[in-house]
Amino acid sequence: MQKHWNNALHLAEKQWLRRAPLPKSYSDYLGRKLFLFLLTVQGLGAFALITLGVILKKHNVARNVIHPRMRQETVRAGVALIPMFSFVALALGFLVISQTVAVAARFGAIDYIGTVMVTVIVRELGPLLAAVLVLARVGTAHVIELGTARAMGEVESLEALGIDPMHYLIVPRVIGMSLGVFSLTVYLILGALGSGYLFAFLQDVALTPGDYFKELANSLTWLDFVLLALKATLFGFFIAIVTCYHGLAQPLRLEEVSRVTVRAVTQGIIVCVLIDALFIVLYLLG
Amino acid sequence: MNENKDSAAPPAETLMQMSGVTVTAMRDVSFIVLEDVDWTVTRGEFWVVGGPQHSGKTDLVLLAAGLMPSFQGSYEIFGKDPQTFGEAQLAERLRVGTVQEGGMLFSHLTLAENVSLPLRYHKNLTPGEADAAVKALLDLMELTPLAAVTPANVAANWRHRAVLARALILQPELLLLDNPLAGLAARHRFWWRNFLDELSRGHEFFGGQPMTLVSTTDDFRPWQGGPKRFAILRDKKFIPLGAWKEVEAADDPAVKELLSVQLEPAT
Repeated sequence: MQKHWNNALHLAEKQWLRRAPLPKSYSDYLGRKLFLFLLTVQGLGAFALITLGVILKKHNVARNVIHPRMRQETVRAGVALIPMFSFVALALGFLVISQTVAVAARFGAIDYIGTVMVTVIVRELGPLLAAVLVLARVGTAHVIELGTARAMGEVESLEALGIDPMHYLIVPRVIGMSLGVFSLTVYLILGALGSGYLFAFLQDVALTPGDYFKELANSLTWLDFVLLALKATLFGFFIAIVTCYHGLAQPLRLEEVSRVTVRAVTQGIIVCVLIDALFIVLYLLG
Repeated sequence: MNENKDSAAPPAETLMQMSGVTVTAMRDVSFIVLEDVDWTVTRGEFWVVGGPQHSGKTDLVLLAAGLMPSFQGSYEIFGKDPQTFGEAQLAERLRVGTVQEGGMLFSHLTLAENVSLPLRYHKNLTPGEADAAVKALLDLMELTPLAAVTPANVAANWRHRAVLARALILQPELLLLDNPLAGLAARHRFWWRNFLDELSRGHEFFGGQPMTLVSTTDDFRPWQGGPKRFAILRDKKFIPLGAWKEVEAADDPAVKELLSVQLEPAT
């Protein structure tokens, strides 16, 4: 009897919860979160526009200082990651081709391997994976470096010396990361397509290299190249914007740097997924 | 402000002028640290502004350098409102050098790269082109053996000199220093005082032109000597004191505190 009473009580509680309006604290919480989200979007948008403005306006200022820094950042977000991307390209090609062969063989659709590779690797996984890996390896470092520089007063020192912190700290990182993500995306896709054929060959798939690459070429359109270049560059640009924004745009204390880094990585991934969704729409329209 | 100058001489050029300025804290702009500051600095003067901790010394220097806006009142530096300093007024901004307390060098650069950065950035020089000027300045500052070392591996006394070298590399006309002698070893304190006095008189390294200096301090004693002008920050007020003899003669307990004079016990 006691047990039923308890169940009834719980049920009653649940029914009441379903009918009741949201508690004020809960709606306040949601409202606050939404408000903070909108503020972040506004801040990121403004930061991106200011960065673009500085890139255009100061492209010729202090070239002997800024250009070497751009090269350093491109090496850091590109060349230095080639060993890791070689491994990932091999693994990606193997994963996609092994699953594709297993399914396609059942339906006698082995001839469509090239089409699947283009759809999965060139259009989707390649750019997104490259962006997320660069975000994890270099984007986190951006937040920590800039957050620490801000907390230690280095940004104020730059301003006191008449050096625009956006120009000296942000522009090289944004350009370096845009070029880095673009180059690594191309490298990752080529590697994955090559390793894909290698694993198909090892699985005794009756497909000559000529047929495989012909199939790839037939599946690709000019729109793939344009959208791939645009997408990879935008991924790099926005990852750099999100990580630099969180590191630099607001005064930080040293103990806040780790929390801000986690937030920047989360937002970086969300931004990449949103850009990817936008490009899916463009593919569908194209 | 220039009562000790000959009345027949042409009036000295005003470099910095504050009228009724309210200074807020850098970290919290709602907190007022100084009110109604009236202060004029003319070319060639050497001002020492004293005040205990949290009296607003750093905020005053940051505002004077144009790094934060004034809450109220008017402030001009080289005849311009620093709040309007933009790209077009960069030349005016570079006439002011700032040495902040704590020596905020860029951690990813060596001392030589730190010192050369403003010169290379503003004159678009390669490291090789800036090398001679940087080496000469590092030599003057006795920093040559540490030129290739990053700030984290250098003792604070030497780091602080590198901050001074970085502020001087563009040869500013007005040098603002925030408590430069704080925490320095006796030998370094002595070097700094002599070097700043030489700058004020006109150091041959900088073409013999007297430099205008403004320094804050929490201890008046090391600043004795030379034609300096003193002021104190007390109760959110900027109070000009005059020359050293007026400082010594002042009956103000806050001034005595900065002179480390034994205060009479309260009755």
